[in-house]
Amino acid sequence: MRGKSKASAWGECGRILTAKDFPCVVNNNRSPPVNASVSGTKRSAVDSVPHDTGSPPPPSQVVGWPPVGTHRKSSFVNQAKAPRSEDDKVGSEIDKSKDASKKKICNGNKSSHVIFKEKGHIGFVKVNMDGIPIGRKVDLNAHACYQTLAHTLEDMFFGTPKSINPVGSGGGKDLATNPSKLLDGSSEFVLTYEDKEGDWMLVGDVPWRMFLSSVKRLRIMRTSEANGLAPRFQERTSERQRAKPV
Amino acid sequence: MNYFPDEVIEHVFDFIASHKDRNAVSLVCKSWYKIERISRRRVFIGNCYAISPERVIERFPELKSLTLKGKPHFADFNLVPHDWGGFVQPWIEALVKHRVGLEELRLKRMVISDESLERLSKAFVNFKTLVLVSCEGFTTDGLAAIAANCRFLRELDLQENEVEDHRGHWISCFPESCTSLVSLNFACLKGDINLTALERLVARSPNLTSLRLNRAVPLDTLQRILMRAPQLVDLGTGSFLHDPASGASSKLKATLLKCNSIRTLSGFLEVSPRCLTAIYPVCQNLNSLNLSYAPGIHGHDLIKLIQHCRKLERLWILDSIGDKGLGVVASTCKELQELRVFPSDPYGAGNATVTEEGLVAISAGCPKLHSLLYFCQQMTNAALITVAKNCSNFTRFRLCILDPIKPDPVTMQPLDEGFGAIVQSCKRLRRLSLSGLLTDQVFLYIGMYAEQLEMLSIAFAGNSDKGMLYVLNGCKKLRKLEIRDSPFGNTALLTDVGKYETMRSLWMSSCEITLVGCEILAKKMPMLNVEIINDEDDIAPSSEDILRVGKMYLYRTLVGSRKDAPWFVDIL
Repeated sequence: MRGKSKASAWGECGRILTAKDFPCVVNNNRSPPVNASVSGTKRSAVDSVPHDTGSPPPPSQVVGWPPVGTHRKSSFVNQAKAPRSEDDKVGSEIDKSKDASKKKICNGNKSSHVIFKEKGHIGFVKVNMDGIPIGRKVDLNAHACYQTLAHTLEDMFFGTPKSINPVGSGGGKDLATNPSKLLDGSSEFVLTYEDKEGDWMLVGDVPWRMFLSSVKRLRIMRTSEANGLAPRFQERTSERQRAKPV
Repeated sequence: MNYFPDEVIEHVFDFIASHKDRNAVSLVCKSWYKIERISRRRVFIGNCYAISPERVIERFPELKSLTLKGKPHFADFNLVPHDWGGFVQPWIEALVKHRVGLEELRLKRMVISDESLERLSKAFVNFKTLVLVSCEGFTTDGLAAIAANCRFLRELDLQENEVEDHRGHWISCFPESCTSLVSLNFACLKGDINLTALERLVARSPNLTSLRLNRAVPLDTLQRILMRAPQLVDLGTGSFLHDPASGASSKLKATLLKCNSIRTLSGFLEVSPRCLTAIYPVCQNLNSLNLSYAPGIHGHDLIKLIQHCRKLERLWILDSIGDKGLGVVASTCKELQELRVFPSDPYGAGNATVTEEGLVAISAGCPKLHSLLYFCQQMTNAALITVAKNCSNFTRFRLCILDPIKPDPVTMQPLDEGFGAIVQSCKRLRRLSLSGLLTDQVFLYIGMYAEQLEMLSIAFAGNSDKGMLYVLNGCKKLRKLEIRDSPFGNTALLTDVGKYETMRSLWMSSCEITLVGCEILAKKMPMLNVEIINDEDDIAPSSEDILRVGKMYLYRTLVGSRKDAPWFVDIL
């Protein structure tokens, strides 16, 4: 089982609040956090946090803080109040790295960057490509079909620097008809995604809406490694399962 | 060079146990290197990726005891993805292949499978000691293999591991002929255990001096076990719950009166306060007490208990003891050397915590204190300065203020001066963890005064690259540096690249270093593995050039890039 008692770092998913969601910028359809299951006083920090230097979120929302080993968490008095998500498989242990938001706090002149993650909404998902250390993000909401998404990713990872703005470059009706090499098998890379169950699938096999509801992250994988990846029901044996699952 | 025959030198070397001393001895001359390497029995590998098993075995063919460490320390706090690495399998395979007469294996933060455990149990006839700390990847089936096959097993010590528990049958796998157990610790197992088999095992182990049970062992079983093993020195109770009407507690108390060898006590994984009185008989001789896993005991019950423990040298406790309770510790436990105060309610309102008052009281009352881990609500510079004056013996000083950037609440100043006083006063300080609001100034102090510092943990601290540079330039003995969420960037990383070859490892996460900086470092220093762990959710960058690295872990190595890195780790 993936991450049974130790939280998997892959567990974070969901919508990143963008500038639109902060009170400083006008937005009238901001939705409240889906999983406001932490005691109310803590979550209110989400709604009111400014995006420049200001009071940081309370320590409960920082990943890996306080630095206490997971095995100790069962002796916490208020573990029942820890944030939980609907598809949290880890169980009763506090699962900070799954649900907690992370804050980058830079003391000094730089403004604090704040990212909050909540489950339930698909928006930005992480994209990694084999052989490239730094991942990128793509806004799935900006796409209506696989082709535009794949073309955007092609631009991002294979294309020229000036086409590296994912939002907006996914438009174009002609792109939708032009097959992407990431989807048609003609490239040495293939586009895959990790679904909510932790399985890796080839992108393109299920209806778009179904894909949106189950995708957690994307990976541009070498075709040679993608052998054995099958759509839907087959489980992938990967090097991730080399260590026996706990 | 040698005025004595080799055998005499070897005999002299037998008295040199510490691996640091042995390493130094081996550098004196070729002859001593040769003699030392043939005679070394215990090998310590602080980073399993710094060297290959083949090279270790080649150099130390007579090795009997191997200690290996795998994942970086921050893995304890969920900052390292599950499958990052630290696999022991290639080591076991190499040991088997080269017919090493392995007797002891100690692993920390490594991944070990049931297959490896079984291999271990069958391949090494004289295998005696298995210690697994913060490891994962195995189930109780692997433990069953160890129990069944290791005929001369003396020590099976499991600390804080993630073990998939297939329920109690493993303890039945110790054969009736197994009577050699000295130490058995399975406190971290979550499942049920065959209680009858456990009692029989204890009954046929006359040399058993250390026994730590898990929560599935109820009080009445504990009492029967203690009847059979009054010679125990180190006891970890299981569940310490009982029905008050049953009389189990008084029965236990009576049994404990006969156990006058107990010096170390731990466990209490579930406990009701009224049960605690049962252990009063052993308190007066206790050196070491660990109540840090015992939830829900109020301060006053803890205080009553502590008042019986005048000889305590090590105390691990929850912050529910309160400042007042720490005052009682200070006035009772004059022999105290090590104190750890863990948070009982870190996400709560802050009622059940300790503050600077408790620490000041301890420092005033316990002159022998040298090791501290203290989770608290707040700290002041004045308190730290007082602590530094009272206690200059600290070798380990780890302070964790629950709000990581909280200033001194009285003066609203950063805690630079407080920590500065600590490093200036404690000349033997080897390990330091900082928290609270801190500027570059604290690092200036650390660089200036912390001459013996070997390990430094930094979180949410500093203003600029200067902070990190003060440390790298000043702390000559630094071996491990771990930094998170601090504004140190490429300049700090790249100014003195040679420094990293003198250290075991450097961890930086959520700092200001970029991919370009890491690539430059990797290129300049081929003896380092610079790993980018790519599971972070960084801010979407606007340009390739300033791609900030989420997590970087670098370490010196003699064997180049590891081949077992998962897909989300890039080794530059």
